[in-house]
Amino acid sequence: MGDTVQVTMNINGTAQSHDVEPRTLLVHYIRDVCGLTGTNIGCDSSSCGACTIHLDGEAVKSCTMLAVQADGHDLTTIEGLAPSAEKLHPMQQAFHECHALQCGYCTPGMVMAAVSLLDEVPNPTERQVRIGLEGNLCRCTGYHNIVKAVLQCAAEGVAK
Amino acid sequence: MSILGTRVLRKEDPKFLTSGAVYTADLRDPRLASAASVTYVRSTVASATIVSIDTTEAAALPGVLGVYVAADFADLPNLQAMVPLFPPPMMTRPWLADGVVRFVGEPVVAIVAKSTYIGADAAELVEIDYAPLTPVVDLEAASRGEGLVYPDLGTNVGVDFVMFTMMKGVTDDSFFDGCDVVVRQRVVNNRLHAAPLEGRSVACLWEGDKLTFWNSNQGPHSMWSKLQKVYGLTPETSHVISPDVGGGFGLKMEFTPEEALLPELARRHGRPMRWTETRTEAMIGSAHGRDQVQQLAIGGSRDGTVKAYRIEMVGGAGAYCMNGGFLPFLTHVMSSGVYAIPAIETAAKSVVTNTAPVVAFRGAGRPEATAAVERAMDLFAAEIGMDAVAVRRKNLIPKDAFPYTTAVGTVYDTGDYETSLDLVLEHAAYDALRAEQAARRASGAVKQLGIGVSVYVEITAGPAPGSTEWGKVVIGAEGKATIYSGSFSHGQGHATAFAMLVSDQTGISMEDITLVQGDTELVPKGGGTSASKSLQAGGSAVYVAAGQVVDQARELAATLLEASIDDVVLDKATRAFHVQGTPSVSKSWTEVAAAAGGSLAAETDQLAGASFPFGTHLVVVEVDTDTGLTEIMRVVTCDDAGRILNPVLVEGQRHGGIAQGLAQSLIEEIRYDEDGNPLTSNFADYGIISMTELPSYELIPLETPTPNNPLGAKGIGESGVIGATPALQSAICDALSHLGIRHIDIPITPQKVWAAIRAVKV
Repeated sequence: MGDTVQVTMNINGTAQSHDVEPRTLLVHYIRDVCGLTGTNIGCDSSSCGACTIHLDGEAVKSCTMLAVQADGHDLTTIEGLAPSAEKLHPMQQAFHECHALQCGYCTPGMVMAAVSLLDEVPNPTERQVRIGLEGNLCRCTGYHNIVKAVLQCAAEGVAK
Repeated sequence: MSILGTRVLRKEDPKFLTSGAVYTADLRDPRLASAASVTYVRSTVASATIVSIDTTEAAALPGVLGVYVAADFADLPNLQAMVPLFPPPMMTRPWLADGVVRFVGEPVVAIVAKSTYIGADAAELVEIDYAPLTPVVDLEAASRGEGLVYPDLGTNVGVDFVMFTMMKGVTDDSFFDGCDVVVRQRVVNNRLHAAPLEGRSVACLWEGDKLTFWNSNQGPHSMWSKLQKVYGLTPETSHVISPDVGGGFGLKMEFTPEEALLPELARRHGRPMRWTETRTEAMIGSAHGRDQVQQLAIGGSRDGTVKAYRIEMVGGAGAYCMNGGFLPFLTHVMSSGVYAIPAIETAAKSVVTNTAPVVAFRGAGRPEATAAVERAMDLFAAEIGMDAVAVRRKNLIPKDAFPYTTAVGTVYDTGDYETSLDLVLEHAAYDALRAEQAARRASGAVKQLGIGVSVYVEITAGPAPGSTEWGKVVIGAEGKATIYSGSFSHGQGHATAFAMLVSDQTGISMEDITLVQGDTELVPKGGGTSASKSLQAGGSAVYVAAGQVVDQARELAATLLEASIDDVVLDKATRAFHVQGTPSVSKSWTEVAAAAGGSLAAETDQLAGASFPFGTHLVVVEVDTDTGLTEIMRVVTCDDAGRILNPVLVEGQRHGGIAQGLAQSLIEEIRYDEDGNPLTSNFADYGIISMTELPSYELIPLETPTPNNPLGAKGIGESGVIGATPALQSAICDALSHLGIRHIDIPITPQKVWAAIRAVKV
């Protein structure tokens, strides 16, 4: 084990501070150190997007960053997206209504990426959704209902 | 109104959408807090003898707790293949490669470390000296014995299905006597990876002599019995739990050495053990699907009547025969497709090569059957100059011919193939598409239009006699129901589907019904989820058990109401029992359960006979004749899975299957170079389908119930993948047919299209 370095960041509104190896990937920090296991790991080449979170409000793949690079930043994971325990975020609600998830493994990353997409492009065409979310893979849904959910959420005019 | 057949959203969604599901790697059971991490060092050579393994430096790394090689597990009984058709050496997986490596990715060394990071560091320090042998990579060369994976056996053939009398074999060309036209074609059904987004994962611990084992699989019970065999355990001393599972698609029916070794490591180190594979390990070291080379011959008359069809198969099993070696048999079972072909000959061999093992992947042998017969139909149509749809229509098994026995002896339950074809052609406006195609051809457009149609039938809950599943329904003192099922959801939505069945029988509302699954202490037996059988077998068991609970309750209610049981009815709207015509005096589920001593329960095993879902897929593509790039414009499908329980879930299964089916024809392929090095070892180089390559799908419903289970349901998990692959292949070939191109093997990449066009232009 090498030397450690202290990282401090805000995840889902809670301050987190730990000593980690400098090589620790952000996704491992979130899952194994902070215990937030909603964020998943699906590949080792930055291809699948299962680990997508928000860094300062923008979607990033947390497997492609070191924890130290997130030092001092604000992070949101799937656990922090819903406005309250009783109410889903509109994107989560749209995924539910459109049956846009099956095994659920891509879902946290897909939802986070989709929310970020609508921040950038509030009224996307189907083609824009497909291009915008290309970096998030799903093996169950054939993407049909995911695209439908994102378009439905956009049509309801509630990006965030 | 019954809830059956209605659009019910999934009960399981909220957790998945907020905190995320709890997959094996997510488990935070306090008993696992001290778990060590396992890392495997894998072979980098396809075929070699192991000269030496030096683990000194790895073992000395701080944080490394143990380093193991094959000799360390000599006394541990090996895992055996699921289908015991092969010579024992081929179907016995060593725990770690023992003196010989047979594919790149085969585990050679196991490292136990305090963390995955330390394990990865230690893996880099292990030195393995290989003496390379000439690998056997090509399937057909392997079948001819050009090089041997197991030199001592003298053959690469794991099973010859003709020799085992499971197929009749092929005769000479007199088989095609009486045919005006005979067309022959070699067809490749490419090797794929199922690629569930969650890879293999295990966590386990011992408490005294009792093992608790968490595992990402398609149902815990087969792993439970295998672990008992390996470790000498009993049902009481072994507990297997399948938590939430991130997809399976057939791959996770299998149990691999990397998973089953963990209890041994946990025992030796006296601490819990965890292993979760990386994506690269999954791609090269778990198992692949499909992998068949077929020699097709089809003969018939110039009016379009098909008279004889022959398929000879070489099926890839990989370096060790797992269940994939069995798949050509399922291709044989479904070789006739939807057609009334009077004479069919089949033959197949499963052969080993120095590649990763092959296992069932969504469809498992039936996609290969449909791809073959649909290709044959297209080629036959092209040869006689008839429209491919017209040739299909002429040969379809008519809807009044069921039950229908094909020339290979498979008995189809029910079907209405022509209606599915008509619905799709009408929805897609087939004639207009052909007119547009003609216009583009006439104008010499760079982007040519292609239209592909496949009509398919497959077998679910099969093969004969069918599939059995266990189910139990308990209604407690609060009037709430708990379902126990031996089936297992890893995304299919059992919690919703099975609750609908119980709600329909009992009147109890959906939110008061819970599903228990995936735990061998709570569910005593089960077959898990595979072969699209969950609703047919598992659902039928739950439905019948719920009916039995209602019968028990009526009997008790009759006593409480001092009435004859024949006069007592269950009012599902008020969830209460009363005498017919006297609803004011009633007994609720709570009262009846109390009278039964607190709860009512019934359990049953249900055999669902094999059923035969069918349908038609039509795919429209634009192929850029300058670049070879294919764009999928439309996908229209009619998939008939018998009586539908929940259209939401059925559509989801269809969508997912369609995408994986299109992927096989468009872009996905596991590839090796001639030395057996994997060329597709992660999601960056494997052409895993993304949403930009796909359109939205146009689905048409059709319901032709089966008599083979109480629900009338057929399986829907695999239909999409079976219909879509040949439809897309046909569409791309169709777009190029005016250039004189009839056949391109899948996946039809831009390079292949470009090369095919170049070849005919020269």
